[in-house]
Amino acid sequence: MSTRVFEKWYREDRLPHIFCTGCGNGTVMNCSIKAVDAMQWNIDDTVFVSGIGCSSRAPGYISTDSLHTTHGRALAFATGVKMANPDLHVVVFTGDGDLSAIGGNHFIHACRRNIDMTVICMNNMIYGMTGGQGSPCTPVGKISTTTPYGAAEPVFDLAELAVAAGANHVARWTSYHTAELTKAIITGLSTEGLSFIEAMVQCPTAYGRRNKLRQVTDQVEWMRTHAMLLQKVRRMEQEGKPIPEEHFAVGEFVRRHRPAMGVRR
Amino acid sequence: MSKIEFMQGNTACCEGALAAGCSFFGGYPITPSTEIAELMALRLPKAGGTFIQMEDEIAGIGSVIGASWTGARSMTATSGPGFSLMMENIGYAVMTETPCVIVNIQRGGPSTGQPTMSAQGDMMQCRFGSHGDMATIAVVPSTVQEMYELTAKAFNLADRFRVPTFVMSDETIGHMRERVIIPDSVDIVPRKPLLEGELPFQAGEDGVPGFAKFGSGHRVHVTGLTHDERGYPDTTNPETHEKLVLRLYNKVESKRHEIADYDAVNTDAETVFVTYGPCARTVRQVLHDHPDEEIGHLNLRIVWPFPEDTLKLFPNAKTFIVPELNLGQMAREVARHMSGQKVLSMPKIGGLIHTPAELYAAVEAER
Repeated sequence: MSTRVFEKWYREDRLPHIFCTGCGNGTVMNCSIKAVDAMQWNIDDTVFVSGIGCSSRAPGYISTDSLHTTHGRALAFATGVKMANPDLHVVVFTGDGDLSAIGGNHFIHACRRNIDMTVICMNNMIYGMTGGQGSPCTPVGKISTTTPYGAAEPVFDLAELAVAAGANHVARWTSYHTAELTKAIITGLSTEGLSFIEAMVQCPTAYGRRNKLRQVTDQVEWMRTHAMLLQKVRRMEQEGKPIPEEHFAVGEFVRRHRPAMGVRR
Repeated sequence: MSKIEFMQGNTACCEGALAAGCSFFGGYPITPSTEIAELMALRLPKAGGTFIQMEDEIAGIGSVIGASWTGARSMTATSGPGFSLMMENIGYAVMTETPCVIVNIQRGGPSTGQPTMSAQGDMMQCRFGSHGDMATIAVVPSTVQEMYELTAKAFNLADRFRVPTFVMSDETIGHMRERVIIPDSVDIVPRKPLLEGELPFQAGEDGVPGFAKFGSGHRVHVTGLTHDERGYPDTTNPETHEKLVLRLYNKVESKRHEIADYDAVNTDAETVFVTYGPCARTVRQVLHDHPDEEIGHLNLRIVWPFPEDTLKLFPNAKTFIVPELNLGQMAREVARHMSGQKVLSMPKIGGLIHTPAELYAAVEAER
C-alpha cells in the first residue's frame, strides 16, 4: 500500500493499534482501504461501522466518520445510517462471533433487505478479544477455552448463509489472498445491495497457539493449502466426491442484481 | 390556524413527532404501541422520511441511533418487553450522546404480562435500566393533548441535551380518544452543531458538545467505550472515565429544575396528590367532585430528572399521596426528598386505574 493511501485514510494519531503481532486484521483493513480508495470515494461521504471484537476496532483507525457500536448490532446501526442518508457509503467491519452468534438475526435480515452496504467479516474462527473462546465458526475438533475437548458443534458457513438470505454479492478469501480479496471488496463496493465478503484471518494469539499453528506463517500456510476454489468444490460436489477434511471454498459465491434498499434513486 | 381533532393517544404521539420534524422511525410492532409504527409507516414516506420495520427491538433502537448520527430526528416506539430488549443500546445512546426519542406505551409486566392492559411498571427501568451510571429524561402525558405536545417536546430535549428521551406513556393514554388542538407549528430547538476547531466530545459550560453529523466533514469516531474529547477510546484511565460519566450525568441532572414541567393545584393544601400519567385524571375528577382547596395536586409531566423542588411548592403539606400503576416506584423517589412529611403510596396493578372513590377515601383517612 502506497504511503499516499495510508496517509489519506488512516488516523495516524491513533497509533499504535491494539491488534496482536501477526494478526490478520491489518491485512484485511489494508485490502479494504485500497479498495475504497480505488473507488475514489470522498472520505467525508464514507462511514465505517462495526460491532464489538478485535475486527470491530478497525473503524477507530480510519479517518472517516465511524460508528463503533454494541456487540452483534453493527448491521442494525448501519441500516439506520444508510436508510436515513443513502448518499453515504457504508462499510461494516465485523468478526465471526459478532456477526454470526449474537448478530446472526441482524445478519440474515440485512442480507434479506439487501441494504446497499458492504459487510467485511474478519473470520478468525475464535473470540479473540475475550481471550479465545469458541465461536460458531470454530472448526469441529479445534481447541478454545470453552471447547477444551475440541469444538463439538458444526460451523456456520457464513458465505452460503448470506447467499441464501438474499445478498447481492458474496465472496470469501483469506488474508493470504490479498489481491483476490482486494478485488472482491472492489466488486462488493461497486455492487448495489448488500455485499458480504468473508475474509479468513489468522489469530496466532488466541487460535493458533492452542491448535498447533503457533507461528503466524503456520496459520497463513494452513489457509493457503486448505482454501479450495469454489468452482472445484462445486465440481467435486456434482461428481459426488467428498471434500477433503478441513478444506473450505474461496471465490465469488454470487453476484446478482436483486432489488436493493438504501439506494438513492 | 390551529385545528381541532378527535384522536387516539398513539395517533397524537405520531402527529407530535411529525410536527417536531421526526424523519426516521425504526421499530418492531408490540401491543399496545403498534398504532404508532403503523401510522409512521403510512405517514413518513409521504413526508420524505424513512420508516423501517426491523427484525426486533434491539435492531429498532440500533437503527434509530444510526439514523440520528446522519442528523435525522429519529424515534422508536415499543412496550415493556421491547423496552427491556433495548436497554443495552439505550446505554450506548447515553454514552455516545446520541439524541433520540423512545416511546414506551407501558403494559402490565413482568415478562409478557398484560399486553392490552395499562401499567407504569417501567418507570425505574427508563432511569436505571441500562448498566452503569447515567441520567436520562422522561416525559409522561396524562391526556391525548399532552401526548401530542410532550412527544414534540421530547425531540427538543433529546437534541438540546444529546440524550435519549423517553415518552413514558401507557395503554390508557395510548388507546384513549380525546379532543386535541393541533397547532399550526411547534417549537423546534435544533442540535447545536460542532464548530470548526472544536473536538467532537468536548463540552462547553452547558456540558453538551456540538453535534458532528455524519457526512459533514468532521470525521468523528463514535464509540460506546470510555473515550476522550476527541472520541478516541481511553478505557483504563480512571480520570477519563470519571470526567466523561460525570459530565454525561451532570449535563442533565444539574438542569433538572429548568427541565421540570408540572401543574401545581391548591398549593396551600395539607393533603397533596403527586401523580404522573393517567392517575392525574382520577385526581382531577376528585378535585372536580370536591372543590374545597383542601386537596392539593402536583402532576409531573417530566419525572426524570426528578424535580424535587416542586414538592416544596406545598409548604403546608402533611401527607403526599402517590397513586401509580405499579407497586410504588415513584413513591419511593418522592419519599427520598421528604423531611418529616408522610408519603402514602397507593399502588395499583392489574391493568385498571384507580377510581375517584378510592383516592377520596385515602384523603378522608388522612384528615
